[in-house]
Amino acid sequence: MNAASPVPRRYDAIVIGGGHNGLVHAAYLARAGLRVCVLERRPLLGGATVTEEIFPGFRYSVFSYVVSLMRPDIIRELDLPRHGLAILPLESTLTPLPNGDRLYRDADHHRTWREIARFSVRDAEAYDDYGRTLFYMARAVKRLLGIAPPDPGRLGPGDIRGLAGLARHFLDLEPDQLHTLVKLMTMSAADFVDEWFEADALKATLSASGIIGTFLGPRSPGTAYVLLHHYMGEIDGHFRAWGFAKGGTGAVAEAIASAAREAGAEIRTDAAVEQVLVKNGRATGVALDSGEELRARVVSSSLDPRRTFLDLVDEDHLPAELVRGVRAFRFRGSSAKVNLALDAAPDFACMPGHGPHLRGAVSISPSIDYLERAYDDAKYGDFSRRPYIDIVIPSAIDPGMAPPGKHVMSCFVQYAPYELREGTWDEKREAFGDTVIETLSEHIPNLREIILHRQVVTPLDIERTTGLSQGNIFQGELTPSQLFFLRPAAGHAGYGTPVRGYYQCGSGTHPGGGIMGAPGKLAAVRVLADLKRGPGRASGSRGGLG
Amino acid sequence: MLLGTPFHPRTAALCRSRRWRNWSGYASALSYEPGHEHEYYAVRSGAALFDISPLRKYEIAGPEAAALVDRIVTRRVADCAVGRVLYTPWCDEAGKIIDDGTVQRLAGDRFRITAADPCLRWFQDCALGMDASVRDVSSDLAALALQGPTSRRILERLVTGADIAALPFFALAEGRIGAAPVTITRTGYTGDLGYELWVRPADALALWDAIVETGRGYGLAPAGLDALDVARIEAGLLLKEVDYVSSWTALIESRKSSPYEAGLGWAVQPRRGREFVGGRALEEEAAKPSGWALAGIELDWPRIEERFAAVGLPPLVAGRASRDAAPIYAKGRSGRSAARQIGYLTSSTFSPILKKYIALATIRRAFARPGARIQAELTVEFVRQRVPATVVKTPFFDPPRKRN
Ligand SMILES: Cc1cc2nc3c(=O)[nH]c(=O)nc-3n(C[C@H](O)[C@H](O)[C@H](O)COP(=O)(O)OP(=O)(O)OC[C@H]3O[C@@H](n4cnc5c(N)ncnc54)[C@H](O)[C@@H]3O)c2cc1C
Repeated sequence: MNAASPVPRRYDAIVIGGGHNGLVHAAYLARAGLRVCVLERRPLLGGATVTEEIFPGFRYSVFSYVVSLMRPDIIRELDLPRHGLAILPLESTLTPLPNGDRLYRDADHHRTWREIARFSVRDAEAYDDYGRTLFYMARAVKRLLGIAPPDPGRLGPGDIRGLAGLARHFLDLEPDQLHTLVKLMTMSAADFVDEWFEADALKATLSASGIIGTFLGPRSPGTAYVLLHHYMGEIDGHFRAWGFAKGGTGAVAEAIASAAREAGAEIRTDAAVEQVLVKNGRATGVALDSGEELRARVVSSSLDPRRTFLDLVDEDHLPAELVRGVRAFRFRGSSAKVNLALDAAPDFACMPGHGPHLRGAVSISPSIDYLERAYDDAKYGDFSRRPYIDIVIPSAIDPGMAPPGKHVMSCFVQYAPYELREGTWDEKREAFGDTVIETLSEHIPNLREIILHRQVVTPLDIERTTGLSQGNIFQGELTPSQLFFLRPAAGHAGYGTPVRGYYQCGSGTHPGGGIMGAPGKLAAVRVLADLKRGPGRASGSRGGLG
Repeated sequence: MLLGTPFHPRTAALCRSRRWRNWSGYASALSYEPGHEHEYYAVRSGAALFDISPLRKYEIAGPEAAALVDRIVTRRVADCAVGRVLYTPWCDEAGKIIDDGTVQRLAGDRFRITAADPCLRWFQDCALGMDASVRDVSSDLAALALQGPTSRRILERLVTGADIAALPFFALAEGRIGAAPVTITRTGYTGDLGYELWVRPADALALWDAIVETGRGYGLAPAGLDALDVARIEAGLLLKEVDYVSSWTALIESRKSSPYEAGLGWAVQPRRGREFVGGRALEEEAAKPSGWALAGIELDWPRIEERFAAVGLPPLVAGRASRDAAPIYAKGRSGRSAARQIGYLTSSTFSPILKKYIALATIRRAFARPGARIQAELTVEFVRQRVPATVVKTPFFDPPRKRN
C-alpha cells in the first residue's frame, strides 16, 4: 500500500515515537494480542537512547549514556537479555580537583573509606550511613515506580485504594526515614548532603546528581529529590548501581524493539506523525507528515507533554485547565553533550595512566561553589564558563565502541541553557564546545592532542533531533511540583487524556525520565484495562472515573 | 587494594599458605601454614602470635574523658581504675549494639578504646558539649596479641619496666621491649592466658623479631584468623556481624540485638544517676525482657558420628570454624507438638581441645537455659539432618590460667 492510498491501514493501537518508552509500551500491547504499529520520525529507533556512528569506527551514545533505572520487571518480562541487552558495571567515580588531588571512590569499601578519610574521617564514616539512608529511601519510593499515581485531589475508588495502600506503606517507615523522605522532597541537594558531610568535593559530587536535567543549582530547593531519582535504580538487586549498556544506550532501544517485533508489533521509522485524528472526542488514528493516515482504536503518544497535548491535537479538544497546565510545565533544557573520538586513552593528571578509573564515571564537580557558579552563568542566559561535566569512557568498558586502542568519551555537560541571552545555539555551538574542552584539559593535559572528532550536542540539537521540548532530557523537569499525580498536569496523570482512546506513555508521565521504561509499561497496563472495560465507556484522564 | 599492617614484611614472609583475608582493608593471614591446626594448638599449649593491628583504636582525653566514656559504653567506667581494662559493648539510643571492644584506662583523664569498625564520628557526636577530645589513633598504633600458656614467660623475659608476673587479668602496664615503649594489656580473644601489646608502628618490626626470637623456646607460632576463630568460639566470645549484627549495618530492625539479646546483659550496668546512650531503652528491656537470647550449644557428637557413619563417612565437620548460620529447633514444653524453629546457630566449630562440636546461637529465651534439649540442623552428604543438641553455659573452655 503506498503512502497516498485512500484506504488507511487499521491497527488496534498506534504508538507515536520509537523512543524506549514507546517501544516498551508497544511490546506490552503486542504481547497482549493487539495489532500495534510504532511510528518513529527518525530513521533510527531510540529517541534519547541511541548509539550512532557519527565518526567512522567510533560509536557514540549520542544522548543518554548510562543505565540504572531500567525496571528489572520489564527486563525480565520482555526477556531483554535474549534480545541482546547486557549491562556492564560502572566501577568507580573520580572527582579531579583543581589542586591536582582527587577524590576516588569504587567498590573497594576500605579503599574508598581511606580515600574519603584523607579529606575527613567523619565523612568516611558518614558515607556508609548515607548510603544506608538512601537505600531506605530508594526502597520506600521504589513502590511508586510500579504503580500509576493515585490522586488525592480526585478520590475515585481507585485513588482511595491506592492512597490507602501508599499511606500504609509510608507509615510503615521508621520515623526518621519518613523525616528524611520529607526532606528529600523539599530540600536542596546541597543542604541535604550538608547534613552528612564536610568535604566539599564529596558534597559536590553527590549533589551533582541533583541538578542533572534541571534548570536549578545545587542550592535550589527541590534538587534533593532529583538526587534520589538517580539513586532509585538497581542492577541485579544492587540499589544505586549504574551501568553501561553494551553497544551504547542504543542497544537498550534495539533490544526492546526486538522484543516488540517478536510479539508482533510493526515498527516504522521515517514516519513522523503530524496530527492525531479526533472525531467526536475520540482518537481515531494519526496523520503522517507524508499525508498518509492510519487508523486505530488506541493512539498512544510517547512524546513529551507539550507535543502530546499542544502539537499533536487541536487545543479545542482539551480542557483549558490542561492546556494551561501543560504550557506551564517546565522544560527549560539545561544540559548538553560533547562526544569525543580519541586517538588514545585520556590521561588524567590526578590519576595518570590506565586504571580502573577509566571504567567508571569522572565527575568535574570539585566544589558546591563550582556547581553553583556554573548555574549562576546559566541563570542569566549564558552557558557555564566552567561547567559541571559527567564523563564516561564507554570504550574502556566495552571494546566494541571504538577501534582497538582508541576511545570514545561521553561528556554530559551543564549548564547549557536552552534560551541564550545573546545569539543562538547555532552560533555558539563551537564556542561552547571549546569551553568544555578547555575545562577538561585542565584535568586531562593530553586531551587536545588526542581528539580525532568532536560532536557538540546543544539543547537546541537535542530538541531538533529527538523532539524533546527545549532539549529537556527528562521530557520535563523532575522537581517535586512536576512529579507523581502532578506529572504532567494535575488531574491528568493516569496516562489517559481527555480525548478518548488517546494516551500518553513517555517520560513526561509518572514516574518520569531516564532510561526506565516504567511510563511505557504503566501506560500499557492502563490501555489494556480500558480496553477490557469495553469500548464506549468514557476513558477520561482518570481511568473511567473522570 | 589491601594494605599491609606494620608487621606485613614479617607476616608476608611467613605466610606459606598464601591465604589472606580482608580485615578492615588490611591483608590478614588466615593461617601461616597450609592448615591452622598447629597454630590453634599453639594457643592452647604454647603461645600464638597474632597481628591485630587492623583493630580500630581511639583515644579519649580531657577533663571530662571519664564522663564521656561513661556516656558511650554500657558498663560503668567508674569501675575501671587507672591501669585497668574493661570489655564492653556500646549501643545506639534504642539500646541496640553498635560495636564492642575494650576500654583501657591509661590515666584518670585518658582512655583508649578498641573497636571492630570505625566509630570516630559516633564518639565525637557523643562528646558534643563535653570537655573531652576523641582522636582516631588506629594507624598510630600497631598491635600484637600473644596468647597461650607460655605467653607470660615469654613476656617476663622480654619486658622491662613492668611486672608481668603481677599483671592481673584485664589490667594494663606500660613497659619496654628493647628500646620500644609498649603498652601491655592482659586481654585477648582466645579465652586463654594472654596479652595484647600496643606499640608505635616504627617499633613494630623490632617487637615482632624480639618476640619470635624469645618465643622459640616456648612453643611460639605466628597464628592466623582461622585458629583465632576456633579459639574465640571456645571462649564464647562474640564476633561482630557474625554472632550479632551492628545496629548500623542491620538493614532491618529484626537483625539488631541488644546486649541482653547477645548474652552481654552482664555488661549493662544499672543507670542510677548514670546517663549512657541506650540506657533508657535498656532499662525498659530489663523490666520487660526480650524473647531472644544468646546461648552456647553443644551438639551430640556421637549422633553426628552416627549420621556420617550411616553414609560410610567419618565425621567431616572437624576443621575450620563455620560462620554459616543454621536453624535450630525444639519441641514445645509439652513435648508433644512437632519441633519448631527456635533460632539459629551463628558460629560453630569442632573444639579440638574439648573434642566436642560447639556453637553460639541466637535462641528463643525460653530455651536458653542450660540443659535444654534442642536440635540443630547439620548437612550430611548434601542431606539436611537434625542432630540432638544441648544448651550449655559459655565459655565452653575456660582454663584457670586465663585469670590466675
Ligand atoms: C543528553 C541526554 C542525556 C541523558 N542521559 C541519560 C542517562 O545517562 N541515563 C538515563 O537513564 N537517562 C538519560 N537521559 C534521559 C533519557 O534518555 C530519557 O528520559 C529517555 O530516553 C526518554 O525516553 P522516551 O521514550 O520517554 O522519550 P524519547 O526518547 O524522547 O522518545 C520520543 C521519540 O519520539 C520521536 N518523535 C518525536 N516527534 C515525533 C513525531 N512527531 N512522530 C513520530 N515520532 C516522533 C523521537 O524521535 C523519539 O524517538 C538523557 C537524555 C538526554 C537528552
